[in-house]
Amino acid sequence: MSPLHEDLPRAAERRGVSRRDFLQFCSLMVTTLALPTRYMDKVVHALSQTRRPVLVWLEFQDCAGNTESMIRSSHPPVAEVVLNLLSWEYHETIMAGAGKQAEATLERVVKEEKGKYIAVVEGSIPTADDGVYCTIAGRTALDIAREVCTNAAANIAVGACAWDGGLVRANPNPTGAIGLQEAVPGVKVVNLGGCPHNVANTAAVIVHYLTFHEMPALDQYNRPLFAYGQLIHDQCERRAHYDAGRFVEEWGDEGSRKGWCLYKMGCKGPEATYNCPSVRWNDGTGWPVKAGHGCIACAAYRFWDWSSPFYKRLPKVPGFGVDVTAEDIGWGVVGTVAGVTAVHAVGSVIRSRKSKLEGPKAGGAGEESKPASPKA
Amino acid sequence: MARMVVDPITRIEGHLRVEAQVDGGKITDAWSSGTMFRGIELIVQGRDPREAWLWTQRICAVCTMVHALASVRAVENALEIEIPNNARIVRNLISASQYIHDHIVHFYHLHALDWVDITGALKADPAKTSQLAQSISEWPVSSTAYFRGVQDRVKALVESRQLSLFTSGYWGHPAYHLPPEADLLAVAHYLQALEFQREFIRIHAVLGGKNPHLQSYLVGGMTTAIDPNWPDAPLNPERLDFLVQVAGTAKKFVDQVLIPDVLAVAGFYRGWFSLGMGPGNYLSYGAFPQGRIQDTARYFLPRGIILNNDLSKVHPVDPNKVSEYVTHSWYEYTEGNDVSLAPAKGETNPKYTGPKPPYQFLNVEEKYSWLKAPRYDNYVMEVGPLSRMLVAYAAGQPEVKAMVDGALAKLKAPPAALFSTLGRVAARALETQLLANHIVGWIEELRDNMGHGDLQMHNGEKWEPDSWPRSAQGYGLFEAPRGSLGHWVEIEDTLIKNYQIVVPSTWNAGPRDGKGQRGPYETALLETPIADPERPLEVLRTIHSFDPCLACAVHVTDARGRTYARREI
Ligand code: SF4
Repeated sequence: MSPLHEDLPRAAERRGVSRRDFLQFCSLMVTTLALPTRYMDKVVHALSQTRRPVLVWLEFQDCAGNTESMIRSSHPPVAEVVLNLLSWEYHETIMAGAGKQAEATLERVVKEEKGKYIAVVEGSIPTADDGVYCTIAGRTALDIAREVCTNAAANIAVGACAWDGGLVRANPNPTGAIGLQEAVPGVKVVNLGGCPHNVANTAAVIVHYLTFHEMPALDQYNRPLFAYGQLIHDQCERRAHYDAGRFVEEWGDEGSRKGWCLYKMGCKGPEATYNCPSVRWNDGTGWPVKAGHGCIACAAYRFWDWSSPFYKRLPKVPGFGVDVTAEDIGWGVVGTVAGVTAVHAVGSVIRSRKSKLEGPKAGGAGEESKPASPKA
Repeated sequence: MARMVVDPITRIEGHLRVEAQVDGGKITDAWSSGTMFRGIELIVQGRDPREAWLWTQRICAVCTMVHALASVRAVENALEIEIPNNARIVRNLISASQYIHDHIVHFYHLHALDWVDITGALKADPAKTSQLAQSISEWPVSSTAYFRGVQDRVKALVESRQLSLFTSGYWGHPAYHLPPEADLLAVAHYLQALEFQREFIRIHAVLGGKNPHLQSYLVGGMTTAIDPNWPDAPLNPERLDFLVQVAGTAKKFVDQVLIPDVLAVAGFYRGWFSLGMGPGNYLSYGAFPQGRIQDTARYFLPRGIILNNDLSKVHPVDPNKVSEYVTHSWYEYTEGNDVSLAPAKGETNPKYTGPKPPYQFLNVEEKYSWLKAPRYDNYVMEVGPLSRMLVAYAAGQPEVKAMVDGALAKLKAPPAALFSTLGRVAARALETQLLANHIVGWIEELRDNMGHGDLQMHNGEKWEPDSWPRSAQGYGLFEAPRGSLGHWVEIEDTLIKNYQIVVPSTWNAGPRDGKGQRGPYETALLETPIADPERPLEVLRTIHSFDPCLACAVHVTDARGRTYARREI
């Protein structure tokens, strides 16, 4: 063990994070980021700076789901570790002060920490009618986002709404809601979609940034590849049933009690990428498919309009070189399926990023034809 | 005479602004304003009613799942679908654990800092803190060394001069007066509660796949199929054991930490038992059906209304008497500004007429909020744990009666003390205890059913839309942790034609109505002493005692006669 390894837990302990929690946290971060373990030293070192980096968390048209997701994670208690390693100075849902005192804090950070602080944004930004649909301390969300995000060192959009406008932007988008990247063009944003975000990923992005002074590798939506690079379907524990043609046919049937594949009940796993089945929720306790409900592709671009109706079966199953419907996948093809699974895994990642979720779905309520392409 | 503005009100969900007139060190008038609007009811129009719960659940994640439940109930009501008994139990379990979780997080993480001065904890003697802790509770984590450790953490934080979330607090404010030992005890329990809640909420990960935004509801039941023999069944004996184990931790934490803490803090702030009274009218739709949903007489928490603080009579609830005003809300009604409309006949034309941002003050004589003003038979109603506990108490529910009388005896206070800021805090804690007493029993009920071969978790008779009538209307009522919640749905040709929601915080945080009656927050703030208008700690005390949830509260209803165009950005 290098000296650094011993050093940081002690530094962390002084700030109130136990050695156990801290090491658990670091190793979760290294695993989530898929870094070689030798980077542990670097991570540890970056987090042991005496002056803690300042973070502000802005909430606009939100449900606080991303905030709640953060405080409900455990083993390691991400919130506690992150709260201790960063100076978390503004966050409406959980901060001590209110009104003037709260706003003065934000003002001070923007001025004194200019170019050094991290801004996290939760919730969409309304642009219709001069932004009157969301004001804080008499200022519009757009006005606040422009000021705070252009002066930040790094911006992280958490949850579907801050990324692409999310549910608030779904047709008919009554308030002209959009995501941060579109609302404040020109600022660098890392998008962590999901409804809500999984805080392990968000913490990992922050740690990566503090460690390497740059963001992790991103896809064309500026989402970190480590979290959004793999199909749900390829990580799903029910996949063997899919491959064997064992499907839930009706809610509450024998298949639903035996944990069979939910494809026919509308599961969007075959087209959605996210590390949800691996990272899971609430201390790895569960994820929707484990509780018996199909995936709704909550981490996909504009999923509210484009992945709904959620109980409608995906028209085509991607993979195998040709698209086949589930009816075609009987016992007869199981052998072939097993043989091509490895190839399929790679192919489907690329496919999912290139096609399916970028276009509107038949039967979806979306009226738009093309998404605005996010600026890099 | 000065106009005081608190915006944002923090440690709540959503965006709330309060303006108050302060005269002679007291609030003489107040205005409550919701400053954010999304329009979720418009967004669900034209969609499959079976998935409305997935959408409406996103109204709020602090109240995660309450809208999911009200939504599936509304659609089941419209389509006349009965859910299996097991689904009823799973829904009750999810709700009960939501209450417990939410109430604990509210007290420690959203409300406690209104009563507890973190910097006071620095002056505490850890040994005396340990004595204090042991004198009020058997909770084992109470040694001098433990409290010294917590104090060291606070010290390190303060010395770092980077106070993080505590940067902007009202430390040293003259309205704080806990002894330092109680401050330290509360800070320690703030941290322990953080740990408790994230373990406890794993119940939702089993029953709902994740929290926030659970994903296991279905119109007609739940997806959590139960089976004694299959290891991959969403619910099986092993997972039920896990649930029992996690749920079991609640009782100890509530009995030994939450309740003693609430009573101790209340004991030091007795004046707040006579401040913060709302309109004096209390509404509860009732919660936790013990049989069929229609069988409201068998709800675990009873349905009823109390008027004018009169606990001798519980009035029946007629959902048709609910209506909403927009006189002071940024909407227009075609029939004019002063009428109120029932949710089933509601309309919403958002029309902002407030000052152009950035602004300093709202024009409170005119319209000043994105919240409508709901009324019951024109009465202003308070909703939430206090209303539920008062209705149950007045209805003579024996367990609630015993708990409330016990707490009042300990506090040496009459029942009228409940009509106050601290009354809300106490009622919320007692309700947490009530549910913690029962949650494990409800899991065992599920296990019994499984043992007897009752595995039904979903009623699929009317799952397919071709089995539905051409048009149907229904409503789903529920008591969310923050109070009475109703969803109204109209289905036509298998799609949602109209969707309307009246939520707890709209009842509580709404503005004045067409008759000029103040909303509950506005009333409760009257007479509040303000030591320092620049640091309005006292305002937070009363507002937080309601546990506001503004993301829920702002919504639009039926777009009948909607005049504005669909926007594409
Ligand atoms: S379709 Fe859904 S349930 Fe089935 S294997 Fe794929 S992700 Fe899992």
